Amino acid sequence: MTIEAQAPPKASANSDGAPVQNETSAPVDGQVADTQTSMVLEARGVNVYYSDFKAIEDCNLSIVRNQITALIGPSGCGKSTMLRAFNRMNDLVPTCHLDGQILYHGQDIYSPKVDPVAIRRRIGMVFQKPNPFPKSIYDNVVWGAKVNGYKGDLNELAERSLRQAVLWDEVKDLLDTSGLSLSGGQQQRLCIARTLAVKPDVILMDEPCSALDPLATLRIEELMQDLKGEYTIVIVTHNMQQAARASDFTAFFNMGESRQGYLVEYGRTDDLFTNPKNSMTEDYITGRFG
Amino acid sequence: MNETSARPSSPADEVFDDNVAWRHTRGGRWLLIFQLATITCILALSALTFNIVNSAFGLVAMQNEVDPDSLAVDGVDLEDLEKDALIEVLRDNVRAGLFRALDSRGPLNDRSRDELLVVILEDVVKPRAAATYPLVDSLLARAAIESEVAEKFPTAELEFRSWITPRFVTGSQSGIAEITGVRTAILGSIWTILITILVAFPLGVGAALYLEEYADHDRLFNRFIQTNINNLAGVPSIIYGMLGLAIFVRALEPLTSGAMFQSAVAAANVSANGRTVLSAGLTLALLILPLIIINSQEAVRAVPSSLRQAGLGLGATKWQTIWSLVLPGAMPGIMTGAILAVSRAIGETAPIVVIGASTVIFQDPTGPFSKFTTLPIQIYQWTSRPQPEFRNIAAAAIIVLLVLLLSLNASAVLLRNRFTVRY
Amino acid sequence: MTVQSEVGRGGGLSSSHDLPLDLRKRRHLFETLVEGGMFASGIISILTTFGIVYVLGTQALLFFQSSGVTLAQFFGGIEWQPRIGKFGVWPLINSTLMVTTIGMLVALPMGLCVAIYLSEYASPKMRNILKPVLEVLAGIPTIVYGYFALTFMTPLLRLIFGDSVVQIYNTASAGIVIGILIIPLVASMSEDSLHAVPDGLRQAAFGLGATRLETALRIVFPAALSGISAAVIVAMSRAIGETMIVAIAAGAGPNFTFNPFQSAETMTGHIVRISGGDLSYDSLDYNSLFAIGLLLFVITFTLNIISGRIIARFREVYD
Repeated sequence: MTIEAQAPPKASANSDGAPVQNETSAPVDGQVADTQTSMVLEARGVNVYYSDFKAIEDCNLSIVRNQITALIGPSGCGKSTMLRAFNRMNDLVPTCHLDGQILYHGQDIYSPKVDPVAIRRRIGMVFQKPNPFPKSIYDNVVWGAKVNGYKGDLNELAERSLRQAVLWDEVKDLLDTSGLSLSGGQQQRLCIARTLAVKPDVILMDEPCSALDPLATLRIEELMQDLKGEYTIVIVTHNMQQAARASDFTAFFNMGESRQGYLVEYGRTDDLFTNPKNSMTEDYITGRFG
Repeated sequence: MNETSARPSSPADEVFDDNVAWRHTRGGRWLLIFQLATITCILALSALTFNIVNSAFGLVAMQNEVDPDSLAVDGVDLEDLEKDALIEVLRDNVRAGLFRALDSRGPLNDRSRDELLVVILEDVVKPRAAATYPLVDSLLARAAIESEVAEKFPTAELEFRSWITPRFVTGSQSGIAEITGVRTAILGSIWTILITILVAFPLGVGAALYLEEYADHDRLFNRFIQTNINNLAGVPSIIYGMLGLAIFVRALEPLTSGAMFQSAVAAANVSANGRTVLSAGLTLALLILPLIIINSQEAVRAVPSSLRQAGLGLGATKWQTIWSLVLPGAMPGIMTGAILAVSRAIGETAPIVVIGASTVIFQDPTGPFSKFTTLPIQIYQWTSRPQPEFRNIAAAAIIVLLVLLLSLNASAVLLRNRFTVRY
Repeated sequence: MTVQSEVGRGGGLSSSHDLPLDLRKRRHLFETLVEGGMFASGIISILTTFGIVYVLGTQALLFFQSSGVTLAQFFGGIEWQPRIGKFGVWPLINSTLMVTTIGMLVALPMGLCVAIYLSEYASPKMRNILKPVLEVLAGIPTIVYGYFALTFMTPLLRLIFGDSVVQIYNTASAGIVIGILIIPLVASMSEDSLHAVPDGLRQAAFGLGATRLETALRIVFPAALSGISAAVIVAMSRAIGETMIVAIAAGAGPNFTFNPFQSAETMTGHIVRISGGDLSYDSLDYNSLFAIGLLLFVITFTLNIISGRIIARFREVYD
C-alpha cells in the first residue's frame, strides 16, 4: 500500500458539519476577519503527529489569496511541518498523521476521496535547499508540466516560466546545460520556475533563501513580490527581517511544554511586528529568544 | 612542560616503566606481519596467474598418426580443400563403418567446411601430444627437453605451442584436446547468461524499488522479505543447483524442455529432458537475484530524497517520480551491480553441474531449449581428466573465461566512473 | 498516464484559478499494476526460500522413508556407501569440517592482518592498489581456484612433504586454496567494521600515549569485534558451501579420516560428483543427495542468520 494512499481518519469535532466559524472560541485564532471571502487555504483544528509525538497542536489558520503569508518561529516549532501539511507532503513520512481539517477552496484535502497528486499540482512547493533535477535547465522547467499531461507548447511554457522567475535572460542560451551547473540562487529561481510551469494556485516555500547569499536572497524576495499578483504564497522563514520585509501576513509559532508546536499569533505583518498582542511574540520579534 | 630536558623529567615518570622503545619495536614487528600478510595476498594472485599462463603455453612433442601433407590432393593443402574434396579425403582414409557412423551423426554434406576439417583431424590425422611441457621449463630448459623428446619420441616434432589460439576460441568442441575449441561452450555460456539477465534484472530492480520506494519497513512482512534476501545471498550455489534440478529440470520439464512449444525453433533441437539452457538460465537468475536486489537497493537509496520531494511537489505521481527521476539517477549503480552479479553467474559451475549440463556436446546451442555446456563446465571436465594435455586446454579455457570476466568488470568500472550522477 | 484525465476537460493544463475544482482521486490503474508487479518481484525471494526448503525437505523425507535408512544411522554412521546400504554422513561432514578448518586457519589470520593493515596503516595510495587486488581475487570464479589447487597447491605440498605422504587428491590443498578464496571476504568485511569505529576512539588512545599498534589491537579491534565476528561466520558459511575447489582437489569417494593429506570427499563434493554422473530420478542415490543438501542448507543458513543478527546489533550501536 502506498504511503500516500490513505488520509488519516478525522477526529475533529466540527469535521462533518458545514464550515463553522468559531473565531470566538479560541484566544489565538487564524481567522482574519476582513478577508474571509478570499481565503484559499484554511486549517481547522489541525494536529500533526509523528508516531506518538505531537508536532502541531490545534492549529487554526487561513491563508489569503494573492498575499504572502510568512510562518515564523523558533527551530522545531513545527512551522515546516505545518507548511508541508498544506500540500500533503507529510504523507511521505510514513509515521506522520494528521487530524483536523485543511480546506482548500472549501474542500478538505485530507478527505479519503482527494488525490494528493492533484493537490500538489495546485499547491506547489519550493524547498529549503535548491534541488534541481540532474537534467537540463529546459527539462527541469517542463518536467512537471509533462508528467501532468500539459498539451500546450512546451517551449513557450518554459520561456514564460523562466521569465516569470526572472531567470530567462541569464539562461536563455544555456537551456541545454545541466540545471546543476547554475549558482545556488539561480538554481532556486529555476526551482521556482519549475513550480510555476505547472500553473499552481498556491506556492509553498520552505525557507527558500536559507542556503543563499544576501544578494540572491534579495532577488528571491523581489520575485515573490512580482508573483503575488498571480499566486498565493506561503513562506516559512527563520529570518524575521525577511518576514517583516516580504510578507503581508505573519503567523508566529512557538513550542509548548511537551515540544509541540502551536500557533501563538496571526495577523497582518505590520500589526504583528509593530503591535504584537502576545508577549511571547514580542519577545521573539525583539530577539529575546529563538 | 619540559619535553626537551633529559629524562627522568618529571616525578610522575618514575611510576612508569620506560618502555617506549620496546613498544615501538613490537609495533614495527607487527607492522611487518601485517605487510607480509598483504604481500602474500598479492603473491597468491600472482601465483594463480602464473600457474595458468605456465600451462597455457609451452613446448609440445606432437605426433601425427597420418601426416597431413600426405592428404593433400593434387598439390592443394588439406587446409585449403573445398568441402566435397574434404568428404572424399575422409571417405578414402577411414573405415567404411566409421564413415557411415559419422554421416548418420550429422550428414556430412550439411556440415560446414570447418567442421569437416575437424572431423578429418580427429579421425584421420589424429595429432597427439606425446608430451607437453610448461612454459617455464620450455624457456629455461629447452635443450634438456629437446634431448628427452629425441630419445623418447623419435617421430615426434617438438614445437612451441600456445594452447590458446584464435582457432581454440572459435573452434567447435571435440573430444580430443589437441584440436578442440570452446565455441560451443562460449555460446552455451552466452545463451545461459542472456536468459539469466532477462529474468533477474527486471525482477531484481523491481524488488529493490518495492523495498526502497513502496514498502513500509515497519511492517513485519517487509522486514521479513529484506532479511530473507540477505540470507539468500549467502546460500551456497550448489543448493540453488538442487532447487533448479527439482523445479526447473524435473517439475517444469514440459516448459524447460520446450515440449510445450511446438515451435520451429524448439522442434529442431528439442531434447528429451529439461536439462536445457532455459533451466540453467533460470537457476542462475535465482542465484544472482539477491545480489542484484541488494546492489540496486543501495543505488536507489543513494538518490537524494530531495529529488523525490521535488517531483511529488510538482504533482507527479509516485511512479512518474520513480521512473523519470529516481531510476535515471540510480541506473549507473544498478548497472554496475548487475554486471558484477552477471560475472558471478558466468563463473558459476556447481549449480550447472548439478542441473546436469551435458558435457559431451558437439553441437552449438541454438536457443533456450538446447542442450548445452558452458565454459566453467568445460574447465571442470578438462581439469578432471588425467591426461596432461587436458590441463593445458583447461588453462587456455580459463584464460578465455578470465578475459571475458575482466572486460565485464572493466565495463562496470567505466560505467560507474562515467555515468554516475553528482548532485 | 492517469493524471492526464483531468487535462481532457480543460484543454491544456487548466489554470488553478479556474474553479470548480476537481481533486477527486483518480483510479491509478497503471500505478497499482506497477506496484503490484514490484511487490511480486519481492515475493520471488520468499518463494525461492520456500522452494529450497520444500524441495530439499520432501526429497530428504523420501530418503529417510526408504528401507534401511534411519536418522540414527545417518547421523551416527561413519561410512557412506549407498550401494551397500551404509548411510552414515559423518565422513562427508568430517571432511567438510576439515576443509573449512584449514581454510579458516589460512583466511582468518591473513584476512584480519590485511584488514588491520588497510584500515589502520595503509596510505590512501596503498589502499588504492590493494583494494582492487582483493576485488580481483574475490571476482575469480571458484572453478579457477579449483584448477589452482590441483595444479599448483597439490604439487607444492607434495614437493614440501613428499609424494608418499601427500596424496594427489587431499583435503589440505583444497582447504588452503579455500582459505585464499575467502581472504578477500574476511578482509573487506572486517575492514568495513574497523573503518566504522569512530575516529574519536583512536585519537583518545593516541592522546594517552598508545602506539599505533596498541591503538589498533586494543582499542579499534575490540570495538569492531562484532562486525569482525560476523565476517568470520559468513566466511565459514562460504567455506562450508564451497564446491568446485573440493570437487576438483579434495578427491572423489567418502573417506573418514583426520589426515589432511589423504583424499576425502566433502558434502558439496559428493553432491556435485553424484549429480554430475548418470543419475536416475527418485533412486536412493538421488534422494540421498537432497538429504545431504538439506543438512548443508540448514548449517549455512543458520550461520548466515547468526551473522545477520550480529551485524544488525552492531549497526544499532554506531548509528
